[in-house]
Amino acid sequence: MSQLPLLSILTFLPLIGAILLLFMPKNSHGAIRGLALAVSAVTFVASIPLITGFNPTGGFQFVENVPWIAAGPFQMSYHLGMDGISLWLIILTTFIMPIAILSTWTAVEEKVKEYMICLLLLEVGMIGSFVALDLFLFYIYWEVMLIPMYFIIGIWGGKNRIYAAVKFFIYTMVGSLLMLVALIALYFKAGAGDFSILRFYELNLDPVTQTWMFLAFALAFAIKVPMFPLHTWLPDAHTEAPTAGSVILAAVLLKMGTYGYVRFAIPLFPDAQAKFMPLIATLSVIGIVYASLVAMVQQDVKKLVAYSSVAHLGFVMMGIFALNQQGVAGGMLQMLNHGVSTGALFLIVGFIYERRHTRMISDFGGLAKQMPIFATIFMIVTFSSIGLPGTNGFVGEFLVLLGAFESSMRPWAIIATSGVILSAVYMLWMFQRVMFGELSNPKNQNLKDLNAREIAIMIPLVVLIFVMGVYPRPFLDTMAPSIDNMIAQAKKKQAVAMNVPAGMINPHAGIPGAPPITMPAPAGEAAPAAQAAPAVPTAANPHAGIPGAPPIEAPAAAPENK
Amino acid sequence: METIAIPAINLAAIMPEVILSVVAMVLLLVNVFVPSENKGYLAYLSIIGLAITAASTVSGWGAPQIGFGGAVMEDNFAIFFKVVLLFAAGLAILISDRYMSQEGCNSGEFYPLMLFATVGMMFMASGTDMMVIFLGLELLSICLYVLAGYNRDSVKSNEAGLKYFLLGAFSTGFLLYGMCLTYGATGSTKLAAIANYAIQNQAVASNPFFVIGMLLIAVGFSFKVAAAPFHMWTPDVYQGAPTPVTAFMSAGPKAAAFAAFLRTMIFAFPMLKGNWTELLWVLAVLTMTVGNVIALSQDNVKRMLAYSSIAHAGYALVGFTACNAEGAAGILFYMLSYTFMNIGAFAVVVLIGKKGEKNGNVQDLAGLGFKRPLLAVLLSVFLFSLAGIPPTAGFIGKFYLFSAAIKSGYIGLAIIGVLNSAASVYYYLRVMVYMYFKEPQEDYEWAGVTPAVALCLVIALVSTLVLGVVPGTVLELAQKAVQF
Repeated sequence: MSQLPLLSILTFLPLIGAILLLFMPKNSHGAIRGLALAVSAVTFVASIPLITGFNPTGGFQFVENVPWIAAGPFQMSYHLGMDGISLWLIILTTFIMPIAILSTWTAVEEKVKEYMICLLLLEVGMIGSFVALDLFLFYIYWEVMLIPMYFIIGIWGGKNRIYAAVKFFIYTMVGSLLMLVALIALYFKAGAGDFSILRFYELNLDPVTQTWMFLAFALAFAIKVPMFPLHTWLPDAHTEAPTAGSVILAAVLLKMGTYGYVRFAIPLFPDAQAKFMPLIATLSVIGIVYASLVAMVQQDVKKLVAYSSVAHLGFVMMGIFALNQQGVAGGMLQMLNHGVSTGALFLIVGFIYERRHTRMISDFGGLAKQMPIFATIFMIVTFSSIGLPGTNGFVGEFLVLLGAFESSMRPWAIIATSGVILSAVYMLWMFQRVMFGELSNPKNQNLKDLNAREIAIMIPLVVLIFVMGVYPRPFLDTMAPSIDNMIAQAKKKQAVAMNVPAGMINPHAGIPGAPPITMPAPAGEAAPAAQAAPAVPTAANPHAGIPGAPPIEAPAAAPENK
Repeated sequence: METIAIPAINLAAIMPEVILSVVAMVLLLVNVFVPSENKGYLAYLSIIGLAITAASTVSGWGAPQIGFGGAVMEDNFAIFFKVVLLFAAGLAILISDRYMSQEGCNSGEFYPLMLFATVGMMFMASGTDMMVIFLGLELLSICLYVLAGYNRDSVKSNEAGLKYFLLGAFSTGFLLYGMCLTYGATGSTKLAAIANYAIQNQAVASNPFFVIGMLLIAVGFSFKVAAAPFHMWTPDVYQGAPTPVTAFMSAGPKAAAFAAFLRTMIFAFPMLKGNWTELLWVLAVLTMTVGNVIALSQDNVKRMLAYSSIAHAGYALVGFTACNAEGAAGILFYMLSYTFMNIGAFAVVVLIGKKGEKNGNVQDLAGLGFKRPLLAVLLSVFLFSLAGIPPTAGFIGKFYLFSAAIKSGYIGLAIIGVLNSAASVYYYLRVMVYMYFKEPQEDYEWAGVTPAVALCLVIALVSTLVLGVVPGTVLELAQKAVQF
């Protein structure tokens, strides 16, 4: 099995499916849907050997490495691989795709062929991003993902779809282009060789360079996550996207951002991680509390779920930046949980929207009597989203908060904990208004309960909610070695940079302020960073509020330095 | 008494130009015997002529030929550019017949004019004497003045021709004056001799004639590559000229001007490198920004592409500013990719256009995505490539240009470049918004696609994708081409 290029097969199966779809007659919708479903199901089955053949050692597995472009100073490789960090994200992608396709069986009646092609192409980009170990290749998949999603929102979306689609595209594009600049600069720092992430891990960059590069990478990922001040595209995109689009967006695309931090931003620039921890933690906490409060007052169920996504990903970010075993493992698990439970929530919203063509909370009430199966499933998913013990959400949030408390993030963790309560408030309140009370609206009198297809879509998700909630060990155990590796690597480099053993860092000190600046500033882009750097350590005071402005404006100041 | 030595004429150095000139002259004769409804044959004959020329050009790869006492040099650099130019001419000719018969101006002189313009461009690419470059430029320009105003019955086309003539003559004045001053300061018009003189007489670097000469030459070329603030002629000329001519002008003459610009600056003025890189930095930033910002608000697709072509000249100038091997190779690669993606986009514009250049606004594209799915997909690929989104040629090109800037330490310039690139996405997407997200207003009358246009589209599409996915070989060739 190790001979088979499994990761390539996984990446390109959906592409083959999309090409086959091109040759299908336009109007045979049934066959088109069937083919798309079959392709995504086959992809899922093909991804199972990744779990069974996985060797929890922490290293990269199923590696494929073929030289791809070699010209002038550049060498790009087609370098794929997978470890415990990406394993479950790949599985999540292949798992959610058939569900997403099934979910639009009746919702999308027009341009079915194009829709399915877009979905399959999107899967190519998503799997590719998770398995690419060559940064250049990663960047290509990362960008390629945008195009089908843009069309999905723009063609099959709601009323305001054009605005949402363009906003989504441009937001993401700005971030990723700055990342591209940092990526090229990183490559020149590394000297001759390829774009392999493994090679870049070995680099010892000086703190000033790290700061700038981290900012560029972090901006791209923060937009994708999305983190607090950059999140405004998400509610628009979610509200306008068709159900499958929302499901994939929530379940997988947002994870690209957090995955980017775990795979690239933190291990590549560990000193910058230490330096920006307070900023990221502050933004995450704001994200959690603010998004929860905003979710509370939403009239539209889908928008409410979208804002809850922002809050959930705030937790993920906190866990990752705690940079200890519990935190990162919790963050990773929470990524999967969010994929399952928020994906399920969007499906549920899709079900009622299909029936009533409205998503306003005020149009509903008392649905539980009319749709008992729906009510049960909705209830379970709601609990999972809140993080009730016994469901998956609990394990993830608990680990994240535990990790954050154990790290230097304690003050933030205390505030973040309020997010757990707030999520219960907005979710339960919404649930109550939609499902309980009198069935007052006459239009709701004849609502039909879920049909067999819809139940079949939800069952795997519900099962997963309980499995991951009761017995998360298989997930955590497979991730652990890779996470340990990542943390050890980052900590080791931080310790080298600070000349003190990692264990001696005062957990409440926030960040090691001075040392990075004493390093000699290199030529080129690092020069202006020397002046900008002192501004950031003011964040050493954990209560300093939001030092948001300087890092975001900083790149704009750079042009003066030609 | 000095004897005038007859320089060694090496015809091998200008063989491709000779072949193409002969083809053009033969076509002029043939034209007389072709009935007016069959002028399309001339297009095919031109293509054959271009193919023979290309074969002759490529056969010289790796074996530089110097002719006419160092006035022309057929090196890899020239060959690479000539291939770009021949592609530009060939693709533009492929879409001409359809357009010309639709607009009712299908007289046969069009094709020889295109070929003569190509000869001029080829001389610009291989010229190592300012006089040769100038003659090439004039041959090109005079043909283009006629071509831009080729549609006699269209006021816009006339305006384009006249405007291009006036501003072109003006810019040529700058260029020629710069050449004169340089000659005055150094005593030669040969690029290598100018550089040698400057090395031997270091003081010349502070000679105002020499510096101003360089500046005026740079201004002259900036007009030709349509760099801001010398871009004013571009939008009107591009919009007014017949679409195939616009496609040709946006790719070919721009590449030729870049070839001559690069060669002149690197060969003749290495002494003043510090000065001209600073100048180019400013030009690059202005050009990218002006082109993109104005393109944002354009409704007419041709005009939008005109402004976008200004922006693309700006990206190429980024690589020029970097002034290293990657930057120069990046320009070569970018010009090649740009030729394919831009002429591809124009080919689609030709296909959806109606008589009298109607249907040229972005609003007229509404619903095209589902009425003419194939055409819309093609246009989307070209536009994504222009926007620099992988896996297309445009992305690799920009990647190369910006990494050259980063390598030379121009991080700020690269950041301005990528931000511009992000802004440009908006207007390219706008076309797609209309094609895919809006309902059609009326049914398309479909004039159908001719084999020639189809061939052009296939070549453009395949090249755009191949250069985007496996660019290795061509990038390697571009690297070899800039090893002077």
